[in-house]
Amino acid sequence: MAQPVSRKPRATNFPRLLRRHAWTLGTFSLFIAVMIFTLSIHPDYGPYEVRSLVVGALPLAFCAVAQTCVVLGGGIDLSIGAMMAVANVVAARYMFHHDFQTALLVAFLVLIGGTLAGGFNGLIALRTRVPDIVVTLAMSFVWGGVALLILPRPGGGAPDAFMEIASGNLFTPWLPNGLILLVGVVALVWIPIKLGRIGLALYAVGSDRTAAFRRGVRIGPTRVFSYGLGGFFAACGGLALMMSTGIGSPLAGTIYTLSGVSAIVLGGVSLAGGRGGVVGPIVAAFVLTLVPADLILSGTDPNLGQVIQGSLIVLVVMAGGLAPLLRSRVTRKTEEPTVSAPA
Amino acid sequence: MSTPVRGMRSGRWDVLQAQLRERPSLVLVGVLLVLVLVIGVARPGTVGGTWVANTILFAAPLGIVAAGQTLVMLTGGIDLSVAAVMTATAYVAASQSYFGSIRAVLLALAVGLAVGVLNGLGVAIFRVQPLIMTLGTGLVIAGSLLVYSLNVSHQGPPAVPDIVRFIGAGKLLGIIPVSAFLWGALALIVIVGLRQTGYGRLIYAVGDNPVACRLAGVRSWLVLLVTYILCGFLSGVAGLVLVGAINAADLSLGDVYLLPSVAAVVIGGTSIYGGNGGYTGSLLGALILTVLSSLFTLLDAPDPLKQILYGAIVVLLAALYVRTAGDTR
Repeated sequence: MAQPVSRKPRATNFPRLLRRHAWTLGTFSLFIAVMIFTLSIHPDYGPYEVRSLVVGALPLAFCAVAQTCVVLGGGIDLSIGAMMAVANVVAARYMFHHDFQTALLVAFLVLIGGTLAGGFNGLIALRTRVPDIVVTLAMSFVWGGVALLILPRPGGGAPDAFMEIASGNLFTPWLPNGLILLVGVVALVWIPIKLGRIGLALYAVGSDRTAAFRRGVRIGPTRVFSYGLGGFFAACGGLALMMSTGIGSPLAGTIYTLSGVSAIVLGGVSLAGGRGGVVGPIVAAFVLTLVPADLILSGTDPNLGQVIQGSLIVLVVMAGGLAPLLRSRVTRKTEEPTVSAPA
Repeated sequence: MSTPVRGMRSGRWDVLQAQLRERPSLVLVGVLLVLVLVIGVARPGTVGGTWVANTILFAAPLGIVAAGQTLVMLTGGIDLSVAAVMTATAYVAASQSYFGSIRAVLLALAVGLAVGVLNGLGVAIFRVQPLIMTLGTGLVIAGSLLVYSLNVSHQGPPAVPDIVRFIGAGKLLGIIPVSAFLWGALALIVIVGLRQTGYGRLIYAVGDNPVACRLAGVRSWLVLLVTYILCGFLSGVAGLVLVGAINAADLSLGDVYLLPSVAAVVIGGTSIYGGNGGYTGSLLGALILTVLSSLFTLLDAPDPLKQILYGAIVVLLAALYVRTAGDTR
């Protein structure tokens, strides 16, 4: 495992850094390539386009970060889209016709609720010992039902000031607030976790549960924590959805679960757990948002978007599996560990 | 006096638990009977010959797609493209019916087979994780179907071919569903095939210990490839049976079958990590889930509540299974 075991400062070793972040760099190059293509077919690419890209990618980016947190801990949460829908409809219903302060209060409560909901998923998976995929797939029905109970059909809204959080621009038109929000929230929450003990525990549990257990890592709390963190970012995603669409939609979340998994796979997070970071998935979310937009611009049938997204995932993962130089050991780790781990 | 009694009780419980562990399907039969009993009590007079026939009719697509999912899960994989394949085969069959039933059915099954081959190539040869591979193909299929539906030349509206309607919704002697025979035959092939044929045993072996299989000279890739092709084919058949039963095709017909197909297999005691389980359990799981949704329909619960209960009960049943039959891993 390439996970840092010791936290001693070490001399910068460029080949090693390059190797460790090769996948993220690859995702960046993909983004740049797509961007160059975009510029070539749409020469007057301006602040408006940047803004719509950021606003469009924001929910998916948060969703991808949410899934990353869960997957790094060795789980998977297929109910993230449904939780986003719950956050979205709660926001749309209770912010409607209220002022900015109330909206912020609702947003705060939604974030807490999301964290609890995610933790609840994790707790169920932990307690029942039913595989994560099954628990969260079933929970996606539960959360989807909750969203429909709160808001049976699309509607609601939020004060304009709240929407400005994502769509406005504080400094220059080239730097939309959404981007600042995304980077700010993720950095504020993720960096302390990653640098702290809990982040180390998260990676340890994700990469080898048994080994982590023997090293004295508390498996249960760590797993629940990773799900709770996922729930928090899912709630962020739901709020971002609110900001970008301006409406609550109980069914909007469903596509985000699958797109989120696509984004983390493109972003270099191993579904086997314990490997990857949050930067790759965020960049991948922008790629996945930019590609369908390019299709419309270049006059291709925009309905091909899903086809391209699907092919992109499969091809990139195949390429990743075939390039042993990039990730020499991960390909060996494709099988789930067959030994039963203390859960 | 209390100690020996308690001891005896726990002894009896142990024996019971040991027996349940030995024959986990007994638990499933019990759950199924309890659900039927609840329906009988809640709506007296519902449970009868016609009700059983209709339940089987509606369980058949789920049961058939669960067969494919069982095979894949026994190898330690998962197929998330089954729902998209069901929708695609259903839609293709309906939209091609103008050119003749046989051609429509063959084309539809070809779609299922093609997706199976694609999944199999990715998982077996390129060693892509099954979750990612089937997620990707599912997206590709759903997207292609959308484009196909917009571009298909409309010689009349999509209509379900007669033969498909007969298989999906027909009843022999006015009571026995035709799909029951199809489902029964497929179930028999899968159950016997898993137990008696070399390929069936290899599925368990590959799922249980891929490294040992490789060392023993098993061509694991071939086993995986065939398994995913079979899963694609069975999903295709399930899609045809479904469209026959519903008698209308749209672009999200099969989507609701994704969770049930996985849930039926897991409730049925097949380990999602591979190598453990069988189709008998999945078959009972499919029946349980169908009876469950018919219970919700009878109780006239609002849709969101239905959905919440459905999800919760799936988790409960899976947990129950893990508790009684031991750790399925």
